[in-house]
Amino acid sequence: MAQPLVKKDDDHDDELEYSPFMGIEKGAVLQEARVFNDPQVDPRRCSQVITKLLYLLNQGESFTKVEATEVFFSVTKLFQSKDTGLRRMVYLIIKELSPSSDEVIIVTSSLMKDMNSKIDMYRANAIRVLCRIIDGTLLTQIERYLKQAIVDKNPVVSSAALVSGLHLLKTNPEIVKRWSNEVQEGIQSRSALVQFHALALLHQIRQNDRLAVSKLVGSLTRGSVRSPLAQCLLIRYTSQVIRDMSNHGQSGERPFYEFLESCLRHKAEMVILEAARAITELDGVTSRELTPAITVLQLFLSSPRPVLRFAAVRTLNKVAMTHPMAVTNCNIDMESLISDQNRSIATLAITTLLKTGNESSVERLMKQITNFMSDIADEFKIVVVEAIRSLCVKFPLKYRSLMTFLSNILREEGGFEYKRAIVDSIVTIIRDIPDAKESGLLHLCEFIEDCEFTYLSTQILHFLGIEGPITSDPSKYIRYIYNRVHLENATVRAAAVSTLAKFGFMVESLKPRITVLLKRCIYDSDDEVRDRATLYLSVLGGDGTVDTEKDSKEFLFGPLEVPLVNMETSLKNYDPSEEAFDINSVPKEVKSLPLAEKKAQGKKPTGLGAPPAAPTSGFDGYEKLLSSIPEFAAFGKLFKSSPPVELTEAETEYAVNVVKHIFDGHVVFQYNCTNTIPEQLLERVNVIVDASEAEEFSEAASKALNSLPYDSPGQAFVAFEKPAGVPAVGKFSNTLTFVVKEVDTSTGEAEDDGVEDEYQLEDLEVVAADYIVKVGVSNFRNAWENMDEEDEHVDEYGLGQRESLGEAIKAVIDLLGMQSCEGTETVPSNARSHTCLLSGVYIGNVKVLVRAQFGMDSTKEIAMKLAVRAEDVSVAEAIHEIVANG
Amino acid sequence: MELPPKVKNILLLDSEGKRIAVKYYTDDWPTNAAKEAFEKTVFTKTQKTNARAEVEVTALENNIIVYKFVEDLHFFVTGGEEENELILACVLQGLFDAVNLLLRGNVDKREALDNLDLIFLCIDEIIDGGIVLETDANVIVGKAGINSVDPNAPLSEQTISQAFATAREHFTRSLMK
Repeated sequence: MAQPLVKKDDDHDDELEYSPFMGIEKGAVLQEARVFNDPQVDPRRCSQVITKLLYLLNQGESFTKVEATEVFFSVTKLFQSKDTGLRRMVYLIIKELSPSSDEVIIVTSSLMKDMNSKIDMYRANAIRVLCRIIDGTLLTQIERYLKQAIVDKNPVVSSAALVSGLHLLKTNPEIVKRWSNEVQEGIQSRSALVQFHALALLHQIRQNDRLAVSKLVGSLTRGSVRSPLAQCLLIRYTSQVIRDMSNHGQSGERPFYEFLESCLRHKAEMVILEAARAITELDGVTSRELTPAITVLQLFLSSPRPVLRFAAVRTLNKVAMTHPMAVTNCNIDMESLISDQNRSIATLAITTLLKTGNESSVERLMKQITNFMSDIADEFKIVVVEAIRSLCVKFPLKYRSLMTFLSNILREEGGFEYKRAIVDSIVTIIRDIPDAKESGLLHLCEFIEDCEFTYLSTQILHFLGIEGPITSDPSKYIRYIYNRVHLENATVRAAAVSTLAKFGFMVESLKPRITVLLKRCIYDSDDEVRDRATLYLSVLGGDGTVDTEKDSKEFLFGPLEVPLVNMETSLKNYDPSEEAFDINSVPKEVKSLPLAEKKAQGKKPTGLGAPPAAPTSGFDGYEKLLSSIPEFAAFGKLFKSSPPVELTEAETEYAVNVVKHIFDGHVVFQYNCTNTIPEQLLERVNVIVDASEAEEFSEAASKALNSLPYDSPGQAFVAFEKPAGVPAVGKFSNTLTFVVKEVDTSTGEAEDDGVEDEYQLEDLEVVAADYIVKVGVSNFRNAWENMDEEDEHVDEYGLGQRESLGEAIKAVIDLLGMQSCEGTETVPSNARSHTCLLSGVYIGNVKVLVRAQFGMDSTKEIAMKLAVRAEDVSVAEAIHEIVANG
Repeated sequence: MELPPKVKNILLLDSEGKRIAVKYYTDDWPTNAAKEAFEKTVFTKTQKTNARAEVEVTALENNIIVYKFVEDLHFFVTGGEEENELILACVLQGLFDAVNLLLRGNVDKREALDNLDLIFLCIDEIIDGGIVLETDANVIVGKAGINSVDPNAPLSEQTISQAFATAREHFTRSLMK
């Protein structure tokens, strides 16, 4: 029926390819599958139908549960046929159908029969199928046969059983572990693959027994492994053993290194590569150990086979990150790879060269790369650009050729990410190399003349505004900037206006001309552009709205000291009124919402009798909440609120956590209470605080919670007075007191009479870190150098044994409660030393910066050198005190 | 921790990137859509390269992919980024040679589709659940091609009805061309 149609298509289009599966349809194939039920099985026909079913599955078609079951049942009938080809297909389709456990029973007897068949192919495949579909109970029944199969004379059967063992180990480890004797025998097998599979399984069985693995590796490295695959595996196990040993403090000659080194002379390339990689990845590898590995990789670099070149250059690229000197010998071979047909190889070669290259080779390298850049994809280009940036930082003298290169590629076609990488690199170079500034700025100017990315244009304009005015001839940039005002969209125009204003302010000679230009912008079609122009004109004109030069400088160039999110919420809360918006009222705390709080908030609407839902988290929320309580309104501005500290175990009757609010002369504890018993209503909930271990504090006020129904959180407060501006510390013990009333859960009504009760809470501490606010700085080095060096306090501390450097650093950050800067809180794995930069504001609005250097010795003892700079010497001392007592 | 070399998938695509036979061994691509997207990326990325003489290699999304093309067939083997690419290449070569033997040297899309059962068996014999089972093409062919119904076998070895079926099939095929 379909044939005439197909023919017609062919007439139209000769290229339409013939396919035996053309127009194949699931429904029709499922119909065809009924031939499996025929009393006289036609093996050929059945094989074809199975192939069609497999084809459908392979194309992503899915069978419904019913369809799959039906096919499965009819397939099982085919076990009657003696045709081996058909049987092979039956095995395949059963694996693909992955029948459910209750269906499996139908085939197990057939498969078990095949497992003991005389035909090797039946045995091997029946094992693979059976192990794929059975569960633990059935496995115990066939365990005996599997053990036999492992030591079967036929390697195919043996491999099938071993590989199945590897899969089964995940689900039924205790059973597979009983086979180790047989598996051990497999290792002695003459067949290469049986040995490989046996080794994999035996190691997997023993992996948790360090000694056994070490013994296994020890005996095999003496040379009885035949197949390259097994040898690769052995190398992997060996490096694992080496790692374990060095972790356990064994020193001296590295064990098994000789074995790895001997594998570099193996005849199979995959083994050589595996060994070379293992050597380069050794912990703390020495250059003497590296040399032989690098030498074989160097040979691979000139291989005619792309896979070998790729493998070698990929490995060398990694080595270059840690041991650039070791790789320099390969530079000549690597340079010839820049023109490699395979772009992955070429890119890896370039980035490796950029890491290892020396000053004299830079220019030659740049020339070669230029030819190469035009025909690779953006993702590769970005890798290259980033490598060039780090090269430039390494060899500042070579900035000229590197800058030329960057500006050339900047002019070529490319996507946003690529262009941004280039611009970022140029900016980095300008920042780090003063000589490069003028040419770099001009390159950027030329770029924005024809830049399709608004984001990049505004960034560059902003950067120009900062760097441009302090160059030798600022006037030459004006043309580029003013052109933006004519030719670009509103966002870029607004940015250009700001930049112009900065020039006008900084360069007295340009002021009149800039004023003229800005006046023209007053008629712009966009609000923001007009507003900015008007604003800057008045700043430049000095017509009295802005008082001093210092103020306008601060205004134009000063950083925004508050986080943008906080600024946004403050502005939203601001009611237009007589009183002007005061930027100083914006909280400076970097906000991080505690998760638990967030969850609790969105949980339930508060009951009728409950107070109107107050925002209970976040700095703004706290501030609002506290200032709305008359008792606390007079405490002044909130300095800091701590994250909630749990005072009860999880899942107790009453869940209480506390937030510490620090004011200049007061501390307020906010107890967030939740009643988790549906049958109870709590009234007059109060917290009795015993401050006998906190001498400097005296209770000033408290506010009880009138009613605490089931599952709607409420707050009780206790306020303490403390000496103003002093970071007083102390320990407080808390008891929750309340009146319990029984609640009839069916009606929700509470009884009239209640019983007084109390509930012991955990102690609470006010620590020094509560007096430090996390405030980040954008440029730590600048901030650090701006502080007086005289006031620096340095001391050294031993932090004792720790698991890792990262753990020690986290402990110090938590102790100080300061903001880590420039991502220095993360430590590269297995680093032995690290410097962490912290910043914060101490109570009394004193800026504090900390530079903490950590070092770890071989016994994991950690030492810390702590340098503190603060606007006030006593504060720097206080920080040291915190650390000394922590 | 698992140390044995692992293959993540084997792909056999045609010259337009369409599936002929694929097999995935990990859950990195949980849905058919994810699989197809991966195949498309791999195909587009390697399409313009010349992988006819030698096995080629590339890195993609934390995976290493080795590949080889012949006629309108594209063979791929994928492994994790830490994998030894020479082992992957060895698997690919095994697959490639085995298919070549099974199709008696006529390796193209049409032959592959005509003998899709053999291709499926061949893949099944090379990798079992991600673990390398066999890489020697002759052994693979010995196992996959065992007693396969050979359409070119002498007619005397077939029953009358089988012979009739074969003849009918040859006839329809020639009609459809």
